[in-house]
Amino acid sequence: MDAQKCFHCGLDIVKLERIEFDTKDFCCNGCKTVYEIFSLNDMTCYYDFEKSPGATPLDIKGKYDFLDNESIVSKLLEFQEDATAIVSLNIPHIHCSSCIWILENLQRLQKGINSSQVNFPEKKVRITFNPKIVSLKTIVNLISSIGYEPYISLENYETKKSTIDRSLTYKLGVAFFCFGNIMLLSFPEYFEVSEYWLDHYRGFFRWLIFALSVPSFFYSASGYYVSAYKSIKSGMLNIDIPIALGIVIFFIRSTFDIVMNYGSGFFDSLTGLIFFMLLGKMFQIKTYSFLSFERDFKSYFPIAITKINSNNSEESVPIYDIQKGDRLVIRNQELIPVDGILISEKTEIDYSFVTGEAIPITKKSGDKVFAGGKQMGKIIEMEVLQSVSQSYLTQLWSNAIFQKNVEQHHKTITDKISRYFTPILLLIAFAGFGYWIFIDANIAFNVFTAVLIVACPCALALTAPFTFGNVLRILGKQKFYLKNAIVIEQLAKVDTIVFDKTGTITTNKKSNITYEGKPLSEENCIAIKNVLRASNHPLSRMLYDFLLEANRLNVMDYEEIVGKGIQAKIDGDFIQIGSASFLGKLEENSIQQTAVHIMINEVYLGKYIFNNQYREGLVSLFNNLKANYQIKILSGDNEGERSTLEAMLPKGVELIFNQKPEQKLEFIKKLQEEGKNVMMVGDGLNDAGALAQSNVGVSISENVNVFSPACDAILDASEFEKLGYFLRLSKKSISVIKMSFALSLLYNVVGLSFAITGNLSPIIAAIIMPLSTVTIVSFVTLMSNFYSKKLKFKNF
Amino acid sequence: MSVIYLLIPISIVLAIGFFIAFIRAVKSGQYDDDYTPSVRMLFDDELIQSNVKKPKAESQENQ
Repeated sequence: MDAQKCFHCGLDIVKLERIEFDTKDFCCNGCKTVYEIFSLNDMTCYYDFEKSPGATPLDIKGKYDFLDNESIVSKLLEFQEDATAIVSLNIPHIHCSSCIWILENLQRLQKGINSSQVNFPEKKVRITFNPKIVSLKTIVNLISSIGYEPYISLENYETKKSTIDRSLTYKLGVAFFCFGNIMLLSFPEYFEVSEYWLDHYRGFFRWLIFALSVPSFFYSASGYYVSAYKSIKSGMLNIDIPIALGIVIFFIRSTFDIVMNYGSGFFDSLTGLIFFMLLGKMFQIKTYSFLSFERDFKSYFPIAITKINSNNSEESVPIYDIQKGDRLVIRNQELIPVDGILISEKTEIDYSFVTGEAIPITKKSGDKVFAGGKQMGKIIEMEVLQSVSQSYLTQLWSNAIFQKNVEQHHKTITDKISRYFTPILLLIAFAGFGYWIFIDANIAFNVFTAVLIVACPCALALTAPFTFGNVLRILGKQKFYLKNAIVIEQLAKVDTIVFDKTGTITTNKKSNITYEGKPLSEENCIAIKNVLRASNHPLSRMLYDFLLEANRLNVMDYEEIVGKGIQAKIDGDFIQIGSASFLGKLEENSIQQTAVHIMINEVYLGKYIFNNQYREGLVSLFNNLKANYQIKILSGDNEGERSTLEAMLPKGVELIFNQKPEQKLEFIKKLQEEGKNVMMVGDGLNDAGALAQSNVGVSISENVNVFSPACDAILDASEFEKLGYFLRLSKKSISVIKMSFALSLLYNVVGLSFAITGNLSPIIAAIIMPLSTVTIVSFVTLMSNFYSKKLKFKNF
Repeated sequence: MSVIYLLIPISIVLAIGFFIAFIRAVKSGQYDDDYTPSVRMLFDDELIQSNVKKPKAESQENQ
């Protein structure tokens, strides 16, 4: 029975009683219900596209009641008119073709839905519906009930429909159109023979080519002029200056050639250059649209919360409307949006979003509760102390680092090289001009422009985009998602790595559990496991998973005392499991460790201690990194783990404990002031400041689809040990670029030798330009692929 | 041979026609999502088949 998998969601079936429908087995009633819905509506081909594609629907009772509030709904809708409304919902579970199929057939499940369209890369579904027949709340409840719970957060409330920037696609289209047609029309000129036919139609062809090059020159290449102008204005020499200069000279010289009837100009090479450079740009822009690198607290926070009015009625209000003194109702699993004081007697709050700490904290009536915590107990009431924007957590975002739109405050490798390239190029051009002017003014002018044209850093400009674009893809395949290509360069420069502790080098998923105390008999273990089965407390779940499989026993008088522990009777034995204070062992509380104590029939037996479970490969990773990097660990926790870490990790790793979020940020800042290039690896919102401040902020995520603070890169937690490999690959990609720069300089030398001697004919330009482009692009692609493979073998 | 004055413009006009088609395709968002349509086109048969069966479109979940 254990080996069986649920037909709907694919999880192992563990329950004793069999849940069956249509001769198919399910792991729980939730999955069965979803199957029933589908089979009733003739939609079982959902299961044909992918095996066990579903997710167990979670209990969402009342969670979306705020969708009754008209003003909130209208903020969420993309479009609203009498009988048509459009909403875009973010659904993290979308992962296969079955998902697309079921979500695009919603109209068969619910009247009033006109159509729905899935955007798979963004994990979004866009639903058009008739608000007169069906409400948004009904739709959200429907898709939640079939296992596709949408993710609605405060972020949705604020962002207006973002317009997609398609200008690069247009520019590329225009450039290709011009390039292709000009190439065709240029052909006769390549075979320059004095023929009657060619002489006769030459003018017509040339002017047509000229006309075709105009849109490419003025529209497609416009980005380079703007960038060049900006960089001159700010006094920085970037690669776009020689490019823009080259393109303009190219165009003027070619036009001049045609007008004066000197030759056919270089329009084919010009448009080809523009096209390939735009193609490189396009190649570099690899976006992981389902990931968000700009998340702040807003994507964690709910959109609305239940408020108790003075007349004791409950009402859903947008959380921006919450004021000091309001009384709020927080249900189980809901997030606390503001700082406040607990009114209800007792609860447990899980601060894992904020601190990365997996174990909930108990709060009593009158205690302060902070925004960002998740309520784990029964329904509670609280009084608001601070509005959303002034709460402890959200204040982190008022730090300057989040305010300024982080401009590129570093020079890219191409820019650095072009700083030497541009002056040298101009020098050669003027030298050539100066030499020829004494011999022939006409040739002097030709040489001057030819130098600028042929040396136009076509190859230089193509190198970085194609290398980085390729590396970006290689890393993305290995679940290391970078925000953009610049991050690769930053990675290569890193010399100091700062790790957060909880959630980053430790894993939240499983704890390392040890037992201390009187030995437990087998019966005792079975009894404990059975009592734990009913509890939803994270510690109970962990301990339950830790204990060996056991038969199911009858549990009597089960009781869960929030914040203390659980107790029950099994076969007449009275079993109590919980905190030290629950079992009357107060002196234990002082020790800084997480433990669950066991008492059977009023006899204290011992405790299970939950140690931090460090990620696999942590020690070897640190040993690898130690040679080349300074490593520091920055933790918000107390010093309880210091000795363990010191014993485990290589010497020289600095450990700093008790750091508040702002202190983490300051710590990074201080390192940077010492001239260090810092990479911060963190997870929770408490690292958000440090991630933003660091040169490269890497966010570790157990599930990349949800929850990661603003950062430069997102690393799937399962690939943590590969961090060293990623760093080495980024370094190698920089050397690939350098190699290819050398290669393109070689081309430039060849081209320049033609240009400076006044021999640059259109046919030579037409050969050199594409040849250099093709070799450079294939060289960098092959080399970066080669290194990604080679380094991998070395690592494993 | 002066027919070339006619032929070349015709070919250019034809190319411009395709170019306009491209612009319109971009504008209508066809290039925004390049994955989902490739999956969606595989469903069409399924849809027709089940439409024939006339599904009873009743809402299952009313809370």
